[in-house]
Amino acid sequence: MKRALPILLLAPLCLSASAQERRSGFENMARDTQAMQTDDTANPGMLWVLEGQSLWHQPAGPAAQSCASCHQNTEVSMRGVAARYPAWDEASAAPIDLAGRIAQCRETRQGAPPLARESQGLLSLSAYVGNQSRGLPIAPPADPRMDAAREQGRALYTARRGQLDLSCAQCHDDNAGRRLAGSTIPQAHPTGYPLYRLEWQTLGSLQRRLRGCMTGVRAEPFAYGASEYVAIEAFLASRAQGMALETPAVRP
Amino acid sequence: MLLLLASPPAWAQDDAISTPLTASPGDATRGRALVADRQRGLCLLCHPGPFPEERFQGNLAPDLAGAGSRWNEGQLRLRLVDSKRLNPDSIMPSYYRTEGLNRVGPAFRGRTVLSAQEIEDVLAYLLTLREEAPR
Ligand code: HEC
Ligand code: HEC
Repeated sequence: MKRALPILLLAPLCLSASAQERRSGFENMARDTQAMQTDDTANPGMLWVLEGQSLWHQPAGPAAQSCASCHQNTEVSMRGVAARYPAWDEASAAPIDLAGRIAQCRETRQGAPPLARESQGLLSLSAYVGNQSRGLPIAPPADPRMDAAREQGRALYTARRGQLDLSCAQCHDDNAGRRLAGSTIPQAHPTGYPLYRLEWQTLGSLQRRLRGCMTGVRAEPFAYGASEYVAIEAFLASRAQGMALETPAVRP
Repeated sequence: MLLLLASPPAWAQDDAISTPLTASPGDATRGRALVADRQRGLCLLCHPGPFPEERFQGNLAPDLAGAGSRWNEGQLRLRLVDSKRLNPDSIMPSYYRTEGLNRVGPAFRGRTVLSAQEIEDVLAYLLTLREEAPR
């Protein structure tokens, strides 16, 4: 009985997304942009993955430990990890996203100087860990302690905001596939993050993307790392359950 | 519903704002520039329209071509000021409303998307759009 509950609670969240066939933003892209993503030698995001790999093995903090000292055999120990985030964090008794977890490990376990959100170091490590789950289905934890965040995320996703008074759902559910000026509106699946966006000319996190959509409707974005973003990330993950991870993706 | 939209009803009172927002009449040339401006009017983000020189027009909303023959001045004014009074679910921003909004960015707080004069300018331009888009 206890086991079945979280699945039941997740079901209504998935309804709107499954009403239309789910498509990654990848499907909306021009052929050459798709090729840029799928060819590792052309994918600019792979530079961050390589940088992340070297950081992963670099000793830091008073005990001169690296990430690899604790998580040996990365290809095995990190496989599938990114597909499960956001997840419940026992230490803070709150949901945490992958970047938050990496920053937390670094600060509290490694004792190294903190890595800020969107810093080169945190993006690189997130891209490296994310890349270990490439091709795996998004698999949000059935942990019922995550349900309140997923529900809050759904509420944030459907609330109108900003001077233009638009909700995420109005664009990404009701108008996905149509064109907002020159951009085809994607279904907002979090499959590719962190990803290389041509418009940014750099790698960026899902939270950066969410901020962009919020300032686009002239709303006040939340601060990086805010629980509201983690809640939206958790909702988007439940909505994209089963879709393949693409990290590092490329987007226009 | 569709029928109602196609033929503007005669009980037009709730469906229109007949009094201009400013004393000086709208200027259609300024209005056209505002409609095309992606930082100010924002219209072409969602609407296509008779702007052969503008690439990347949206397709979330009806073509603006013919708007001036489908609706009269008062009806168009209401649609610009606050289209949600006609359709609460509309995605069209309310261009002349500041209350009832959520988490407006600091730079935009307490300000309408367009000024009263700009609404009248856009309106003057829309009234020149008598011809439907070719099918
Ligand atoms: C006015 C329309 C609009 C609104 C409102 C909006 N978005 Fe977006 N969003 C877009 C467009 C357009 C893109 C794609 C941009 C591009 O292709 O460059 C996008 C991209 C995204 C992506 C990236 C998808 C991918 O494939 O990488 C996510 C995730 C997303 N939005 C989530 C949200 C969330 C969450 C909200 C609300 C807080 C929101 N959006 C509000 C228009 C919107
Ligand atoms: C974010 C999307 C969006 C933006 C921006 C937008 N509109 Fe609209 N507009 C719509 C939609 C959708 C409709 C259809 C009716 C409805 O849903 O309210 C509409 C309806 C209209 C209509 C009535 C259309 C008809 O003939 O039936 C007019 C006229 C109009 N808009 C003009 C404008 C002008 C002028 C601007 C800019 C100053 C603008 N709109 C900006 C989405 C938008």
